Amino acid sequence: MQRFLQSDFFYAFTRSPLAMVSLLVVVLMVLSAVFANFIAPTNPFDPASLNLMNGFTPPMEANMFTGESFLLGTDDQGRDLFSAILFGLRVSLFVGIMAVGLAMVLGVLLGLIAGYVGGWLDTLIMRLADIQMTFPSILIAMLIFGVARGLLPPELREEMAITVLILSIGLSEWVNFARTVRGSTMVEKEKEYVAAARLIGLNRWQIMLRHILPNVLGPVLVIATITLALAIIAEATLSFLGVGAPRTEPSLGTLIRIGQDFLFSGEWWILLFPALTLLALALSVNLFGDWLRDTLNPRLR
Amino acid sequence: MLLIILRRLGQSIFVLFLVAFISFMIFRYVGNPVDNLLGQEATTERREALIESLGLNDPLHVQYFDFVVRALQFDFGVSYRTGMPVAEMIVQRLPATIELALVSAVFAILLGVVAGVYTAINRRGFIANAILSSSLIGVSLPTFLIGVLLIWIFAVELKWLPSFGRGTAVDLGFWSTGFLTISGLKSLILPGIMLGLYQMTLIMRLTRAEMLEVLRQDYIKFAKARGLPDRTVYFGHALKNTLVPVITIAGLQLGSIVAFAIITETVFQWPGVGLMFINAVYFVDIPVMSAYLLLVGTLFVLINLIVDLLYLLIDPRLRDGQLRRAGS
Amino acid sequence: MTETLLELKGLEVTFKTRRGVLKAVDDLSLTVNKGEILGIVGESGAGKSMTGAAIIGLIDPPGRVSKGEIWFEQERMDEHPQQLRGKQISMVFQDPLTSLNPLRTVGDQLVETILAHMYVTKAQARQRAQDGLAEVGIDPDRINAYPHAFSGGMRQRVVIALALATEPKLVIADEPTTALDVSVQAQVLDLLKKLCRERGTSVILITHDMGVMAQTSDRIAVMYAGRLAEIGDTREVLSNPQHPYTQGLMASTPSVDAKSFGSELFQIPGAMPKLDALPPGCAFNPRCSQAHERCRTSRPPMVSGRAACWLMEDAS
Repeated sequence: MQRFLQSDFFYAFTRSPLAMVSLLVVVLMVLSAVFANFIAPTNPFDPASLNLMNGFTPPMEANMFTGESFLLGTDDQGRDLFSAILFGLRVSLFVGIMAVGLAMVLGVLLGLIAGYVGGWLDTLIMRLADIQMTFPSILIAMLIFGVARGLLPPELREEMAITVLILSIGLSEWVNFARTVRGSTMVEKEKEYVAAARLIGLNRWQIMLRHILPNVLGPVLVIATITLALAIIAEATLSFLGVGAPRTEPSLGTLIRIGQDFLFSGEWWILLFPALTLLALALSVNLFGDWLRDTLNPRLR
Repeated sequence: MLLIILRRLGQSIFVLFLVAFISFMIFRYVGNPVDNLLGQEATTERREALIESLGLNDPLHVQYFDFVVRALQFDFGVSYRTGMPVAEMIVQRLPATIELALVSAVFAILLGVVAGVYTAINRRGFIANAILSSSLIGVSLPTFLIGVLLIWIFAVELKWLPSFGRGTAVDLGFWSTGFLTISGLKSLILPGIMLGLYQMTLIMRLTRAEMLEVLRQDYIKFAKARGLPDRTVYFGHALKNTLVPVITIAGLQLGSIVAFAIITETVFQWPGVGLMFINAVYFVDIPVMSAYLLLVGTLFVLINLIVDLLYLLIDPRLRDGQLRRAGS
Repeated sequence: MTETLLELKGLEVTFKTRRGVLKAVDDLSLTVNKGEILGIVGESGAGKSMTGAAIIGLIDPPGRVSKGEIWFEQERMDEHPQQLRGKQISMVFQDPLTSLNPLRTVGDQLVETILAHMYVTKAQARQRAQDGLAEVGIDPDRINAYPHAFSGGMRQRVVIALALATEPKLVIADEPTTALDVSVQAQVLDLLKKLCRERGTSVILITHDMGVMAQTSDRIAVMYAGRLAEIGDTREVLSNPQHPYTQGLMASTPSVDAKSFGSELFQIPGAMPKLDALPPGCAFNPRCSQAHERCRTSRPPMVSGRAACWLMEDAS
């Protein structure tokens, strides 16, 4: 800890207001998502707590029937928007983080194999990556989502939607990890500590995971942060299009989709607040990721 | 030269077959064609008969071959949901998507190049910097939010433009176009902007970066030293050299425009193939998904190929360089 | 009597940097006569190229001409250099590989230059372009070739054709042979010299190569740290250099004769100071073996229009 506080990295951090603010926003959002149960005034998914009479209450105003007032207003069901956003944030962050985790594990493993083993495995993995790179990842995510839904029996589709969502976004974002890790692995492979490890008879997997992996993780963290922003936006997009989180477990994207229906009737807050939350989240993760990339690894630009 | 083209062609065909294989696997193994055609309660004999007639007992490569042959004849099977032949659905909806993509591509390229050149030439100008900063914000907005924002401002508040659909389309028999009516044109504006905005900022930033790079070159200095007017230096010398990489990227972006049309079409309920695909994903309409993948995959491969060939055509250095390498 | 074509009066070019304002060219006065070839020598950073760029009005920001006047044919030109640029004054740059736009044919670039400055039709311009190519020894039929189809030496010939296409009165040649193979340097230089002599065109030849200078120029100007050190007829300057810097330069130039074979080359001790760290007095004083107190405190003036050195003043 002492060492961290004295590092150049920490110093650069304290000198960049943008990095500090964006990290603060991200941390606040993660905390409010984790502790949504305790912060939220109501549980938006408990039908018993909903009062349809409270529907369409504007923010900070008293409802004309019940006299109740809500910080950010309510939606058509009389659901408190503030609570719905907290829980939606939870779904969005969960899907985003899990998807990035999946993409990272997959990408790092394939990158290590491609870089260390080489040969036809390398060619295969990299050709696959090249082909996948020519298609936008959101399209691939949609396709995987559709195929996974097709493979599931209809009664499980709603239930598994979140898992399927994680899978499709994760599988569409592995390429960047693999390419970077492959590159650094090929450099590390030639270094003497690898030769030494080979000499004492460690097998490939031991060398790759215990010796090379720790040395190629730096850029991976940067890519993970940047990918997190992409994943959050991808999740929101899919959910907004109706092929993501189900209405029973709405994410920010789902809430925006619901809100769009009420724009014409003048209930703008149902759309605005979830949209602003998504924007703040995506923007701060993005800004922090950019800062991280510039500070840790200018070469990745 | 010929050899390079042939090799490039071979690569493209390989990727096409791969895309076709994935479409085939989806078509054949995801979802169950027999259940979908007959329902789960059908008798065993009827099932067997259908399986036989669909060729599902044939070896895999024969089925794949059949799939490719049928795809080449525009036979993609029948939609599970609508019961219509998929090819017919695509033909009906394709004009809407192509017109939308065209409008946004033209918008993105024209405005992107103009803004890019402007910001490069007036590097220190106030307007140039304002354009650049606002484009940064634009890039970090999720596209669907831009669409929603446009609807909110121009359709809900100002009531200038329609918020959904493509207005009155004129049916020309083989093509239905929105270009010929006022309502059709008005309907194109918002979705066109939404779809083109991201590509526009991309093209603008690329044009600017390339232009700045080119303006640093000695031949620009020499052109100025020869007393050529600024207009000639910027547009006769710098722009042409700038455009080579810009065209490549812009061309590649054309594919993404078609892919991102899925989002735009959903936001604006635009009756194109993107909306069809989203509905297919939602309702697990496998033949439609498979056909869409094949269609878009082919498009991407073709665009990549054309861009590469264009590159050869535009840049004489590349052309002769390739020639020499191919000749040796 | 020689007629003056170009005159620089107290020219100063400054650059604004974070460490303050640097003078790349400092109080430079000289003249170029009609039909003569004036060579400007000096190390890189001495301000030779900057002088050329200042005359043609193409100094990249943040640099600018901050003081002084430039007169061309008895008219002040530094306020509107673009009126003469390309027509009366043209330029040849160092690297022919990058001086030509790779995406346009050489003919195209020639025709466009001619059309920009002369009242001729397109066909006439094309004819002129072909004539120009022929004059520099390039087959006129190659007018539609792209620059990459030519070798470095050939490209520099194209560049010379471009510079002369508009029949300018002054050509500024900035290290025109430095980037070329040694074997073609002399050819290109001779060509430039021959064509300019035929037309009576004046040339400012910027180079760091004393050999090139001796062969080509009528007069020599030696620059050091942005200032003029010595100027005079080529033969006089070479045979009887007045400024200790010129003397050092001469001594450090290898000569190919039997006498000096095997002997070690002279080196001026130290290096030219950076422009942000000029010593007071004469800029050359820290490296000068004959420097005395005065050289370290006050800047020497030009003495009898020849050299800026206190020694010369003391002698006279």
